[in-house]
Amino acid sequence: MIIIGERINGMFKDIGDALRNKDAKPIQEWAVKQEEGGAHYLDVNSGPAVPKDERPAAYEWMVKVIQEVTDLPLCLDSTNYDAIEAGLKLLKRPGMINSCPAERDKIERVFPMAVKYNAALIGLTMDKQGIPKNAENRIVFAMELVAAADEFGLPMEELYIDPLILPCNVAQEHAPEVLESIRMVKTLANPAPKTVLGLSNVSQKAPDRHLINRTYLAMAMAAGLDAAIMDANDDALVDTAATCEILLNKSIYADSYLKVFRQR
Amino acid sequence: MAVALVKEKFSSSVGEVVIGATAAEGGTRTSVIKVGGDATLPFLHFEGKIENRAVIAMEVNDVPPAWNDIIKSQYGDVLNDPVAWAKKCVEEFKADMIYLKLIGANPEGENRSPEECAKVVKDVLAAVGVPLIVVGCEDAEKDNEVLAAVAEAAAGENLLIGIAEQDNYKSITAAAMVHKHNVIARSPLDINICKQLNILISEMGLPLNRIVIDPMIGGLGYGLEYAYSIMERARLGALGNDKMLSMPMICTVGFEANRAKEANAPEAEFPGWGDLHDRAILWETLTATTLLQAGASILLMRNPAAVKLVQENIADLMVANS
Repeated sequence: MIIIGERINGMFKDIGDALRNKDAKPIQEWAVKQEEGGAHYLDVNSGPAVPKDERPAAYEWMVKVIQEVTDLPLCLDSTNYDAIEAGLKLLKRPGMINSCPAERDKIERVFPMAVKYNAALIGLTMDKQGIPKNAENRIVFAMELVAAADEFGLPMEELYIDPLILPCNVAQEHAPEVLESIRMVKTLANPAPKTVLGLSNVSQKAPDRHLINRTYLAMAMAAGLDAAIMDANDDALVDTAATCEILLNKSIYADSYLKVFRQR
Repeated sequence: MAVALVKEKFSSSVGEVVIGATAAEGGTRTSVIKVGGDATLPFLHFEGKIENRAVIAMEVNDVPPAWNDIIKSQYGDVLNDPVAWAKKCVEEFKADMIYLKLIGANPEGENRSPEECAKVVKDVLAAVGVPLIVVGCEDAEKDNEVLAAVAEAAAGENLLIGIAEQDNYKSITAAAMVHKHNVIARSPLDINICKQLNILISEMGLPLNRIVIDPMIGGLGYGLEYAYSIMERARLGALGNDKMLSMPMICTVGFEANRAKEANAPEAEFPGWGDLHDRAILWETLTATTLLQAGASILLMRNPAAVKLVQENIADLMVANS
């Protein structure tokens, strides 16, 4: 299971302040902390903290300060593709683009960029109308993204389909549909694209977020989930991912399996 | 019509272990052995790099061995002298390494002291230029003392010493760390214990590239295919970036194959089995060649005629097929 640490996001107060004050310290501390927690990638998102015209420079700065303290690959998270490209140019190792919806104009902007910079790409099963309810309708969008990968020469294993989980306290009917979508994505091509979820979304504004997150992670991994943008410092959540790998026979059991799972 | 081969892409490779040290490196070996490093399944040269061939270490004991005549007749008198015995293995039988078993340390047998054992090791080191594997007498308490003395006496030679097991690994791992040797980590045909033992050893601070896995094979007819399946899982784990299974593997071929009655019983006892001479050679040979296909890097062998056949097999298999 590929863990993409979610914490470096401008919507968190300490990161937002860091961006506004050009203070590298909180960002670097969270980079190191998430690596210690077991992250494989670090998501990098300026959120609303930076005005649009300053975003490319902000992403350049974030990539620079993060790469000073860690060798983990970065997942650049923005709807501003110029900001993502500015960051991609500075990456020391192949990163990930978060993300591209199933909309033709955006596909034409983002897929060639992923190929050019040897980056993985998260594709969203949605369009301008929003997120569909049924698994089948999500898969229609997934198929468009798969066709785009083929058209632009993005290796299928570098495409991560995100079927978009919604909060269970207001939209619980999506939860089983997303699981079914994860299963169905594996049938779309050979080799199949990967799957990813923005896991914390499932527990937005609910009381026991940790319980909901780790339960859904286990369910999604059983359905075939390859990656999750999640809290890499929620030990019980990371332990759940490690345990699922054993129970899916993806990793060989040893009594100390929890300890080695976090070693990078 | 040309067929386009579908090649697997693995995310990692087997770790490489170096055994022995030349004068420039602080030892006295004339050659150094590198094992492991494979980037794909055994011998699929078209799919990934396989730089280091498997090697054969021939067994030398510090007391005359209780082996059958088929094997003993190929050695003659040298079996009474570890130095002459080691020389014959290297010079005549072209062994890549010497595997020295300090059976004389056994409290139930000769009960030799750690200092006496260390002297034998030094004598064998002086007699041959190839790297050395040294193991004890299988008495855990005695072996801890013996191997500590051996590790110290041979500091700088970068030996491969054994055996570390789940219930007794700390002493030998410490000796290997202090005097810079490699360790054989042995588990009882159990991949989960194998992985756990590697974790425990590495937690003490021994680098992962100083560990060699002994999966405790069974000989042909006596568990060989079970050993094969475990070694296969370990190899696939290594290629799938499981660092705690990414070690080269060592197999006690000579010991296990020759325990079988098929390698010892005369034709008169079992007429359907054919001539004992060839049968004994083939029993050890087939045990070895099967394990090569499972990814064995170091084969511990006894029968010189079997060694010759396996050397040919290794040479043939290492011809690139890309």
